[in-house]
Amino acid sequence: MTKRLFMKGNEALAMAAIEAGCRYYFGYPITPQSDIPEYMSRELPKLGGEFIQAESEVASINMLLGASATGVRAMTSSSSPGISLKQEGISYMAGAELPGVIVNICRSGPGLGGIDASQADYFQAVKGGGHGGYHIIVLAPASVQEMYDLTMLAFDLADIYRMPAMILGDSVVGQMKEPVVPNKRPERNLPPKDWVVRGKGDGEQRVVKSLYLGDGELEAHNWKLHARYGELKAKEARWEEFMLDDAELVVTAFGSAARIAKSAVMAARDKGLKVGLLRPITLYPFPEKGFRAATDRCKKVLDIELNTGQMVEDVRLSIARDAEVFFYGRPPGAGSLPTPEELLEQITKHYV
Amino acid sequence: MQQVFKKPVSLKDVQTHFCPGCHHGTFHRLVAEAMDEFGVQKRTIGVASVGCSVFLYGYFDIDVVEAPHGRAPAVATGVKRARPDAFVFTYQGDGDLAAIGTSEIIHAANRGEDMTVIFVNNTTYGMTGGQMAPTTLVGQRTSTSPYGRNQGKDGAPIRMAELLAQLEGVAFSARVAVNNPKNLMDAKRQIKKAFRYQAEGKGFSFIEALSSCPTNWGMDPIKANERVGTEMCAYFPLGVFKNAAEF
Repeated sequence: MTKRLFMKGNEALAMAAIEAGCRYYFGYPITPQSDIPEYMSRELPKLGGEFIQAESEVASINMLLGASATGVRAMTSSSSPGISLKQEGISYMAGAELPGVIVNICRSGPGLGGIDASQADYFQAVKGGGHGGYHIIVLAPASVQEMYDLTMLAFDLADIYRMPAMILGDSVVGQMKEPVVPNKRPERNLPPKDWVVRGKGDGEQRVVKSLYLGDGELEAHNWKLHARYGELKAKEARWEEFMLDDAELVVTAFGSAARIAKSAVMAARDKGLKVGLLRPITLYPFPEKGFRAATDRCKKVLDIELNTGQMVEDVRLSIARDAEVFFYGRPPGAGSLPTPEELLEQITKHYV
Repeated sequence: MQQVFKKPVSLKDVQTHFCPGCHHGTFHRLVAEAMDEFGVQKRTIGVASVGCSVFLYGYFDIDVVEAPHGRAPAVATGVKRARPDAFVFTYQGDGDLAAIGTSEIIHAANRGEDMTVIFVNNTTYGMTGGQMAPTTLVGQRTSTSPYGRNQGKDGAPIRMAELLAQLEGVAFSARVAVNNPKNLMDAKRQIKKAFRYQAEGKGFSFIEALSSCPTNWGMDPIKANERVGTEMCAYFPLGVFKNAAEF
């Protein structure tokens, strides 16, 4: 029988990071993700790894930058305000083509906001939250199992594409307990890390940097990064399709909102409404092909988010030209998490 | 014929971008000499900062990671923890280390990270055109203190070598200058001591290096060199403030 554990999303994520070979963690306490540094502080020393509770979010992302430059697998985690502070380092990592996993167990905002489940950091995550025009890989788990599996994927994708990868969750997927199968690290062909600093030995000097001052250098560097984003889009977009084949209304949502939306879709099916769910798993690269294919056939999309409308912009850019997009969202905060009944009402309203 | 003077192996054979009379080049050389003497060039990972010191990798023939402004001690922490066998040093200016990077330097020092920090204090932001730094002397005119630094409004310059020496994690802290041969020889001795701390795994070592900045001070190199010995040394005394293992 397959071993199953009953555990919290944040702990599953931390466990998966270790299974993926992560031995270096740098972080700072913030609700609702503190289970992750707590887990790492307990487990990493047993494995000869290093855990540092940094003096700040800024320091922890820069420790990640330094560790990653030596070629090891490393991670940091935080929640929205902390992720804002890390943006400087994320931009430098993107510029210097450094892998590394950054976890954002989002809380609500703007500002100090609150600690409730939120998807208001979508723009910040997928549009390049720091300066300079870049992207990072963004994965959106919707279950504890995905907190586990997508974390291992994040490490692999970061190494393959030499860019930071982010897990974008919230307190729903971070704090709830569900059964999880602790899968083994998948076998994958990873490129050799022939760019890492190690002390030059008898070889050539290696430099990890994002400064390019020579004539034409920076433009060429940016085009190179841009081409990599194109490759990422072509090869790595992932999404889940649920009851889409005969759907006359496509509901779309990611992460925790997708769980509630799925319940509403099932309730709609019980009432005889042909409704399906398209759930982006990668938010960057955005599953444009999935949306295009779905809306080539079905002309109505209802986008549901725990914010006032962010992913919906990417949905509109991805659909067939004659498809129509509706939006239902609630900005995060205490008491604002929509119920399946509430979403069913929206589905019924737009189905006709 | 016996060769008595040569370029350190750890330095590349290139011209620097430093202004005439600037002390960065001299400090680069002293650091490279220490690196040669300890035989650590091949296992050194340098961490460059932002400012005139950013081109570290252009002059030192070593592996280098470039850090965001002020963050070099945090980047170096990540490097050293992941590669404890590497010889790790940061090279930072005063705006970088004593203003925007104050948090990172204090906490890396307090953790006693096994690394060496070379801190070049020239009382100004050199690269950006001579603005007021945390080390700008009271009364000193800069492009953002055109009436002179006002202690009542801007605070007094920070003495980093003394400040860090108070921390338990700091094994060695010294302030040096290269404005005359005597000071230069002593600077070399102290830099070597700082390196010895790391070579022997004895903890965090810190060198504050007083430097001229003729361009931004509006002085010729000779006047600027004199100012290091007079005004700067009067407020920033040379000396060793912590030497835990008594090297």
